[in-house]
Amino acid sequence: MELHLEHNLKNREKRLQKLQELDQANMEQLLLELQQEHQQLVSMEAGSIDLAEQRYYQELIEQNKEQTLRIQKEIDKEYQKQISLVTPKAPVLKNVLRAFLVGGTICLLGQLVINFMMLTYDADFKSASALASITIVVITAVLTGIGVYDEIGRYGGAGSMVPISGFANSVVSAALEFKREGMIYGIGAKIFTIAGPVILYGTVASVVIGMIYYLLG
Amino acid sequence: MGKRIGKRTIAYDTPAVIRSWATAAGRKEARGKLAEQYDFILNHNQFGEKSWERAEQKMQQYALELALEKAGLQASQLDYFLGGDLLNQIIATSFTARAAGAPYFGLYGACSSLAEGMILGACLLDGGFGRMAAVCTSSHHDAAERQLRYPTEMGVQRTLTAQWTVTGSGAYILDKGHGQWQITQAVPGKIIDRGISNSSDMGSAMAAAAVDTITAWLQDTDNLDGVDYIVTGDLGKIGYEICKRQLLEQGYDVNGKYYDCGMQIYHEEDQDVHAGGSGCGCSAVVMGAKFLPQMAAQPHCRLLFVGTGALLSPLTVQQGETIPGIAHGVLIEYKQEG
Repeated sequence: MELHLEHNLKNREKRLQKLQELDQANMEQLLLELQQEHQQLVSMEAGSIDLAEQRYYQELIEQNKEQTLRIQKEIDKEYQKQISLVTPKAPVLKNVLRAFLVGGTICLLGQLVINFMMLTYDADFKSASALASITIVVITAVLTGIGVYDEIGRYGGAGSMVPISGFANSVVSAALEFKREGMIYGIGAKIFTIAGPVILYGTVASVVIGMIYYLLG
Repeated sequence: MGKRIGKRTIAYDTPAVIRSWATAAGRKEARGKLAEQYDFILNHNQFGEKSWERAEQKMQQYALELALEKAGLQASQLDYFLGGDLLNQIIATSFTARAAGAPYFGLYGACSSLAEGMILGACLLDGGFGRMAAVCTSSHHDAAERQLRYPTEMGVQRTLTAQWTVTGSGAYILDKGHGQWQITQAVPGKIIDRGISNSSDMGSAMAAAAVDTITAWLQDTDNLDGVDYIVTGDLGKIGYEICKRQLLEQGYDVNGKYYDCGMQIYHEEDQDVHAGGSGCGCSAVVMGAKFLPQMAAQPHCRLLFVGTGALLSPLTVQQGETIPGIAHGVLIEYKQEG
C-alpha cells in the first residue's frame, strides 16, 4: 500500500485548520494537489488486490473529496459575498399587500357565495361552502383557459396560490400544457404534476388529524 | 480541399494518437463476455453515492483519471475535454469537466458521442489548437431507464427489439505525437430518419444512418479490402442484421469483418438483454476493452469505428415524432512500433 498518500492527507488536514488565513492562490494550489492525489488514489483502488485494500483507498478518496469540498467552499464564500451585493431584494411589503388584496378578494367571493346560498336557497353551511368551493374552482378553470388567471397570479403571488383557486389553476394549466403528449402520457400522466404533492400530503395530513381526533375521543 | 478525400471523408494531416484509454463498467457488464477486460468494475450500481446520476458521474471521472494515470498525465495538462452522456443536459459529463478543470466542449450525439468526440478532438489537434485532448462518455442503466422510460422497479416486459443501456464509461486520451493507435480518417454523420417512432426499437432507427456513413466512406476511399474491422456502436442484433443486408444490397460484402459493440458485452441467453447493449457507455467500453487491444494482434490493422446514435427525445416521441439517427465514422489504424 502507498502510505504517502495517507500522510499527505493528514498533513494537509493540519493546514486546513487555518483555512481562512490562506489566500486564493494557496487554496488553488491545494486543490491541484488534491486533484492529482485523487487520480493516484483511483488508480490504486482499481489495482487493489483484495477488498480490504480497496476499502482503504475508498476511505482515502472520501477524505480527499471532503478536503476538496472544504477548500472549494472557502473560495466560493468570497464570490457569494459579491452576489449578495448586487442581487435585488424582493419587495416584501408590496408583495404582502398585493397577496392580501387578491387572496382576500377570492375569499370574499367565496363568502358571498356561501351567504347567497344560505339566504336564497336555505342551504345549510356545509353544502353552501362546498358550493362556494365548486364555484371558485369553475371560475378559475375558465380564467386559466382564457389566459387571465396567470396575470392574476403574477400580480397576487401567494394570494392567488393559497386559496382553492390556486389548486384548480395548477391542475388546469398542467392539463392544457401536456395535452400535446396525448391523453395518456400527456394529460393522464402529467395533470397532477404540481397538484400531486398537495393531494398526497393533504390526504396524509387528514389521516393524522383523524387519528388525533379518534384518540382524544 | 486539403484534408479531405471524396465527398465526406476527413483525412488528417497529423493523425491524433490514442495514447491511452480506460474503461469502467457495472456489475452486470462484468458478468458478461468482456468480464476480465475492464479497468474498473463498480462494486454496486449506486457506487457508494446517493443517486444513480452521481454514480454515473463518479464512474466517468474514474475512467478519465485511470486513462490519465496510464498515460502518465494530469488533468491540468489537458488542452481540451470533450464528452457526453445520456442524462438530461449531459450533466454527468459537465460535472466531470468541473473536476478535471480543462477547457470543455459538451457533446450530445447520444450513443455516437464517443465517435463525435474523437472526430472533433482529432480536428482540434490536427489544426494545431492543442496537444492533448480527452474524450470521455458514459451511460448508466438505471439513470437512463428512469429518465427515458419507466421506473426501474416497475414490472414491465421489455420488447424483443429493446436494448439494454450499458452501465459503463470509457475515456480516451488523444495526443499529437507518435503512437501505435492513430485516428487517420473520419466521416462525420448526417441525420438519417427512416420514420421509426418506436423508442424500443432504436437499432432499426440507427441502422440506416450507419449504412449511410459506411457507404459514404467506402465510396470516398473505395477501400473495403483495406479495412480489417468495421465496428458499429450499438445497433444490437436487429440493427446489425439490417445494416449487413443493406450494405450487401449496395454491393459491399462485409461478412467476417463487421461487428457491433452492442453484441459484445452480454451473454445474450443468460443475461436477458434482448437485442443487445446500447448507450454512450456501450461503444466506449467495448472499443477500449475489446477492439483496440485486439487490433494489436496484427502488425498493421485498420478499423472503421462507426458510433451510432438515436437522437430521440422522450418528449417528441410522445408527441408522435420519429427518431433521427446519426452515425459518425472514425478510421483507427494500428501500426506496430519499429
